[in-house]
Amino acid sequence: MAHIELTEGLPGIRALFAFRPETAKPLCELAEILLHTPGTLSMADRELIATYVSSRNDCYYCQTSHGALAAYHLNGDEALVQDVKHDPETAAVSDKLRALLAIAGKVQHSGLDVRAEDVERARGLGASEREVHDTVLIAAAFCMYNRYVDGLATWAPSDPAAYRERAAQVGANGYLGIPAAVAAKARS
Amino acid sequence: MVYRPETAKPLNELADILLRGPSTLSPGERELIATYVSSRNECFFCQTVHGAVAAHHLDGNEQLVLDVKRDVEGAGVSDKLKTLLAIAGKVQRGGKHVLPEDIERARKQGATDLEIHDTVLIAAAFCMYNRYVDGLATWAPNDPEAYRQQGARLAQEGYGASTAAQRIPNGAH
Repeated sequence: MAHIELTEGLPGIRALFAFRPETAKPLCELAEILLHTPGTLSMADRELIATYVSSRNDCYYCQTSHGALAAYHLNGDEALVQDVKHDPETAAVSDKLRALLAIAGKVQHSGLDVRAEDVERARGLGASEREVHDTVLIAAAFCMYNRYVDGLATWAPSDPAAYRERAAQVGANGYLGIPAAVAAKARS
Repeated sequence: MVYRPETAKPLNELADILLRGPSTLSPGERELIATYVSSRNECFFCQTVHGAVAAHHLDGNEQLVLDVKRDVEGAGVSDKLKTLLAIAGKVQRGGKHVLPEDIERARKQGATDLEIHDTVLIAAAFCMYNRYVDGLATWAPNDPEAYRQQGARLAQEGYGASTAAQRIPNGAH
């Protein structure tokens, strides 16, 4: 049971968006810019970073929903998502993404863990300043989303099909429509 | 923030709503929660800036800010705020550390669902801001007076005004 009274049937962060629409807006805007706005890192790469950090924070809802989004952008390759969660060093991703995932892993523990050599490694493999910036901010933001979702003990569905279904929606339409969708559901 | 104005907008808006928006928790109490979490994350810039904003809201009581950072139980704050700071401290370690008894204790001291929600989200948000600031090794001034001035300005004008602000990414990654 959640720590506060939330709308039943809304999973994870969606129940919190319905509870507090004022904060839902900037939280969804941030996710949209970081994960769904066109950039030099593919949407799949960015969702993999979000999934990896959420997995290290042991947040079931976030790692499953963003893992499903990563798989959506990877033509359904759920095995690759599992491989990245298991060990980015051996997963079949580009060397650049591997270096960015290493930075994200450090940020997950603490911002102070990121060393100049971690950034140099990523730069040496072609990562731009903007890509390093966005990797750090995605990792930092998921240290927030994960704590928000678990700190209030929200409900997470166990059926993988439910995550695939929502991932197809968000993967196609982005994050900005979520606050209105959950508000409509909370009213019904 | 200056480097990436697109993300600065929602980041500042979130801080404004959580720390300065309408709430039954005072701005001083909310800035103390932000300062406490930033201190536990060892983020020098955030704990010093938000500590200065808290002190500004608390009529310049910098000692109380230091007391909260050092030992919440012994600090001269309300019992309700002590239970909310305890929840914030657990969120800082990880969301799953928050237990039903922590929530129960806060409720017994009069905390509402919205106050508990906002405490968790402030603590979670500062786990983001702290990692963002330190993960890119940004430069932070040493002079306490610079923070007092910035604290007063943020307390009066809010975080939306700080988008084009003072921080120089000197020596940053």
